[in-house]
Amino acid sequence: MNDDHHVILRVVSKMLLPVIIMFAFYTQFHGDFGPGGGFQAGIIIAVGVILYALVFGVPAAMRAVPPVFTRSLAAIGVIIYAGVGYWALLQGGNYLEYQALFHEPPGEHHGQHVGILLIELGVLCGVAGAMLTIFYAFAGRVAEIRDKDW
Amino acid sequence: MTGVLEGDIGMALVNILLLAVLFVVAIAIARLRSLFAIVMLSGIYSLVSATWYVVVDAVDVAFTEAAVGAGMSTVVLLGAMLLTSRTAKPDKKFARLGPLLVVVATGVMLIYATVDLPALGDPNSPVNTGVGLQQMQINWADTGIPNVVTSVLGSYRGFDTLGETTVVFLAGLAVALLLGFGERSLAVSIRREGKSPGRGKPSTPAAKKEEDAS
Repeated sequence: MNDDHHVILRVVSKMLLPVIIMFAFYTQFHGDFGPGGGFQAGIIIAVGVILYALVFGVPAAMRAVPPVFTRSLAAIGVIIYAGVGYWALLQGGNYLEYQALFHEPPGEHHGQHVGILLIELGVLCGVAGAMLTIFYAFAGRVAEIRDKDW
Repeated sequence: MTGVLEGDIGMALVNILLLAVLFVVAIAIARLRSLFAIVMLSGIYSLVSATWYVVVDAVDVAFTEAAVGAGMSTVVLLGAMLLTSRTAKPDKKFARLGPLLVVVATGVMLIYATVDLPALGDPNSPVNTGVGLQQMQINWADTGIPNVVTSVLGSYRGFDTLGETTVVFLAGLAVALLLGFGERSLAVSIRREGKSPGRGKPSTPAAKKEEDAS
């Protein structure tokens, strides 16, 4: 019955995890107005999953966020970013020229907002996926972090 | 260099304190042999330097340093450390002499270079008068985004950020190619542990008792 050494750690980190993910999305979508952006948000999401892996074990984290998902996410992020550039090309502008996305005259900012939102989303996916892939590559080689290693 | 003396004395004290903590942590990292302590101290180093970046008004850099340096790289280094031994090999007395000379020479050159640096926040420094000032002025009319850092990263320097994202992706790809994706090695080790009870998930009551006792 009493085989759980880290019950406080588990309960506290379970409470913290939603807050960490929420903070990542705050960082992502508030990047236009304050410090932060896709890169930091991606790292925070990755760190949230890593915290889960450290407390509940890597196999549990791999069931929740499979490695095949993280490596696809990294590729999808780069594709989203590069795709915005090609979208601007198709609309007749230069590569990554957000002003051309909706054929706006200078002074209108809809294209800039949408473009930056999309590339930040690409950065978020790319960074979170790549960081989790790196973590899984290292952590998948040791079975379990034993108590005496801490 | 006169900015420190003219400015707020409290700010100067905070700066000196944080840099002194950084110095002490760096010396401790250089002298320690236990890899676990070194990894933890490098996390502390990142956290303190993030605090220092906040003090010098580089909030975005501080945010990134706290997330990447203190969070991500500490965990990755821990994972790498678990694959090797726990302590570094003791090195010979004379082997330290060469690196010491290189470090001292670099330090002297850097200190000599700081004499020519403009003071912190100097409005006449090249950083604040050239492209930086121009982008601060035209940013709102160009992009309509209040945070200049975001508009420079996303819009003015969109190609750079695309390159950075690709570099991060390639780093993940390279590590995965070298070490594997982690699934197969983990599956193998779990299967091996399932055969020998005592470590990992105990399946029988006897193994469970053994786990409690240890």
